[in-house]
Amino acid sequence: MSESLPTDSVGIVTPQTLHFDTPISLACNRTLDQYSLVYETYGTLNAQASNAVLICHALSGHHHAAGFHSSGDRKPGWWDSCIGPGKPIDTNRFFVVSANNLGGCHGSTGPGSNNPETGKPYGPDFPVITVRDWVKSQALLADRLGIQCWSAVVGGSLGGMQALQWSLDYPDRIRHAAVIASTPRLSAQNIAFNEVARQAITSDPEFYDGHYYQHHTLPRRGLMLARMVGHITYLSDASMGEKFGRELRDQAYKFAFDAEFQVESYLRYQGERFSETFDANTYLLMTKALDYFDPAHEYDNDLAKALRKARCEFLVLSFSTDWRFTPARSEELVSAMISARKRVSYAEIDAPWGHDGFLIPTPRYNAVFRAYMDRVAREVGA
Amino acid sequence: MRTDLKIIEQWIAPGSHVLDLGCGDGTLLDCLQREKQVTGFGLEIHHDHITTCMGRGVSVIEQNLDTQGLGNFEDRTFDTVLMTQALQAVRRPDLVLDEMMRVGREGIVTFPNFAYWKLRWFLIRRGRMPESETLPYKWYNTPNIHLCTFKDFEALCYRKGFMILNRTVVDGEHQDHWFSRLWPNMLGQIAIYRITRKDG
Repeated sequence: MSESLPTDSVGIVTPQTLHFDTPISLACNRTLDQYSLVYETYGTLNAQASNAVLICHALSGHHHAAGFHSSGDRKPGWWDSCIGPGKPIDTNRFFVVSANNLGGCHGSTGPGSNNPETGKPYGPDFPVITVRDWVKSQALLADRLGIQCWSAVVGGSLGGMQALQWSLDYPDRIRHAAVIASTPRLSAQNIAFNEVARQAITSDPEFYDGHYYQHHTLPRRGLMLARMVGHITYLSDASMGEKFGRELRDQAYKFAFDAEFQVESYLRYQGERFSETFDANTYLLMTKALDYFDPAHEYDNDLAKALRKARCEFLVLSFSTDWRFTPARSEELVSAMISARKRVSYAEIDAPWGHDGFLIPTPRYNAVFRAYMDRVAREVGA
Repeated sequence: MRTDLKIIEQWIAPGSHVLDLGCGDGTLLDCLQREKQVTGFGLEIHHDHITTCMGRGVSVIEQNLDTQGLGNFEDRTFDTVLMTQALQAVRRPDLVLDEMMRVGREGIVTFPNFAYWKLRWFLIRRGRMPESETLPYKWYNTPNIHLCTFKDFEALCYRKGFMILNRTVVDGEHQDHWFSRLWPNMLGQIAIYRITRKDG
């Protein structure tokens, strides 16, 4: 299939791994003595190392953001629509780095990795990781890659939170932060959905308090339920209506509890597939990182106060039908930035897909993102 | 650059913090940033303009004055709040002016003069709603829903306790003419006002 790779694709990419031997202290007051981070890069770092862009992934994301792993790959990386030659994050100009976060299950050290102290998987003993910890580990990765200052740190959803955290924790190492379909903190409703997901996982009899690896099993039902409920919050009522409506798999009602409606079988399918490929302990960690994220917390809940030390410029984008992190949440962030006298641009993109809108290209999203990144590229001489 | 924008530029102190309501493609803010080291934001609702602003490095916020107001801006955030050729198109110009004077120390407003002699003549001669090169719309499709004259604007400023610091009149091509200064409400096509609060 390699001869048929799209011309605006970064092509075949190979993940790389860096090992870190210096202990990293975490927000939970624990340390990881050693860890690995798996990442991919696209494009070329220029001589001044000024054209680097960091991509931060969301809850179920990973380092494979663009291109294909092999010529037989059916699907490209999760953000291939935005990263590539001539795309908004133009790999002809930028050097793009995309890492799997600590605690993940796609190659970076996480609950499924072996704990060197015990020789067994960490499982539930893996430290609870926060957005701040991720940013810290990403800064250490940047050191190793010879990147002193990112031209931009970019992320959607939980990835946007990392971009925001970068602006606060390393103000001198980031020129632009793109915070897309994100929020400065989770609402009670957001946390409630996460708690349902966690309960689904931990109450699965196959969970074994997180030690399922030793029992050679997986909490499939729990993870499937968690994904199903999560998935509903990523879509909009309208997009689900459009995609499935009340369509039945067969002609008539069966008056039974099978998956009769198309939407039911879709959710079951998505959930089942996810439960085979994603680690339940990682899912628990990621939802906790979401819940804890609240940069204003240590500044008397004053977000503008928290933002004062940021020095970068911000791009904030929201999506009209996103009810998980609504445009109002982005506007809250923008208001705090205005109040803190930060440079910020904001647009609300009209798109029908709910929270998932940030992954789906639309002409306006593309135009706005491209215009902003084009200007970033010009600024750093890329 | 258009004459009216040049005049506005003269009235803005270097290094000011500026808010531009209806900033268009960001031409003015871009120029102010480069030549006067001004900081600040533009508010805009037209998608293409927003994209252009972002591309040229003008901080732009998608915000609709009519539906969202300026509630997200704190009191006295800006040195100057600008509004060029948009006053007549908002739902409540008086309330927008109040908000401008709340979030900024000074305001600069430009708008077309409905008492311009050609418009008066149009109405007298034809008995139809005036149209001109500055106001090229029909009564039913015009975005300009609150047209006023210079006298009307000044009366509103007086009632609200706003002080007029400067006033300049330009023609449809945004040129400055001695005769429009002579009898502005009759001969002036576009006015540029610089206002502040008396108690400010």
